[in-house]
Amino acid sequence: MPSLKDLKNRIESVKSTRKITKAMQMVAAAKLRRAQDAAVAARPYAERFNAVLGGLAASVSGSATAPRLLAGTGSDQIHLLVVMTSERGLCGGFNSTIVRLARLRIQELLAAGKTVKILTVGKKGREQLKRDYRDLMIDHVDLTEVKRVGYGNATAIADDLLSRFDAAEFDVATLFFSRFKSVMEQTPTALQVIPASIEADEAAATALYDYEPSEEAILADLLPRGVATQIFTALLENAASEQGARMSAMDNATRNAGEMIDKLTIEYNRSRQAVITNELIEIISGAEAL
Amino acid sequence: MAQLMQFDLVSPERKLASVKATQVQIPGAEGDLTAMAGHEPTILTLRPGVLTVDGPDGTDYFAVIGGFAEIGAEGVSVLAERAVPRGELSKEMINEMIAEAQDAHDNAHPDVAHATAKFLADLVAMGTHIGLDPNSPSL
Repeated sequence: MPSLKDLKNRIESVKSTRKITKAMQMVAAAKLRRAQDAAVAARPYAERFNAVLGGLAASVSGSATAPRLLAGTGSDQIHLLVVMTSERGLCGGFNSTIVRLARLRIQELLAAGKTVKILTVGKKGREQLKRDYRDLMIDHVDLTEVKRVGYGNATAIADDLLSRFDAAEFDVATLFFSRFKSVMEQTPTALQVIPASIEADEAAATALYDYEPSEEAILADLLPRGVATQIFTALLENAASEQGARMSAMDNATRNAGEMIDKLTIEYNRSRQAVITNELIEIISGAEAL
Repeated sequence: MAQLMQFDLVSPERKLASVKATQVQIPGAEGDLTAMAGHEPTILTLRPGVLTVDGPDGTDYFAVIGGFAEIGAEGVSVLAERAVPRGELSKEMINEMIAEAQDAHDNAHPDVAHATAKFLADLVAMGTHIGLDPNSPSL
């Protein structure tokens, strides 16, 4: 049976934890708003871009001159997995679900005899993957210092990927990130970016456009930008998901802390009464003995 | 009264404009192009330059860098990697971009050096055109 003082300390400590989780929840809510706004603001660009790229890709695909970024290298031996997670913890299962999806894919690929390389974005995913797949990890992108993800961050990652692709370091690149559905729901997603997985839009392909310069030149110009755009979208979705996950995790934590405080308070009161009763019994039995 | 068409300018980070316009002057990679309603459907890549939008409410200018424009039946949409309204562009910004481009040019492979040099020259030309008097590059 813990003493009264112990119980009191426990209650105080849980109360201050609750204050912290409550504050974190509110901060996450504010950040989520901003992250969502950024994701929404980026949507028109990505949509238009994919529409145009889809139309172009549909008219070029199948021809022998299709660029390698679209048609692939002709092999799928070396896979590069880009695992995007957060830089900070305390966001529930956010990082673990992404890593779990990546892990499944790694096991599948390794079982199929493929070579796997891992590039991590965000510290948390790297820490989790490092335990099992240290040898497969080739690089890490640190975004700790980045307050707001900008398009520049995405192009930096994209440039890195493209130069590795040109150097024939991999055949297929897949992004792992979490798609934001709602505060309660984020879906871990795998998205292949190289070779580009574009839904060829037949309707757009038939639209007759004039191209300036040539169709191939524009496609060659757009495909690398497409990679950057997809990475940017993934980064933004991830940022929103992270804050959403943190918000609901902290909401749960705050509620749990409240329940714990209630339970501890009842226990505290009960032992306080027991102490008083004890004292009374002692006084009364002392008086009776006289 | 000239016919109106829809004009959209978006960058990856935000939507800069979505207005009705009478004509749009686009700095294409192969030269400037002015699009009006009923223009033939065209997709063209951009060079760094000034995009001019004439609308019923006057004329707007945007500095655009990289990206492409799609001229379709419904109107013109420009997807620029970087786009800044003329009013927000400062001398510091343009010099910073020039410094970046200079850096890229200096580190560029000889095969692509002409492209980076052109990009740099276009940037400087754009700055001069706006009247910001940018730093001159070394080519």
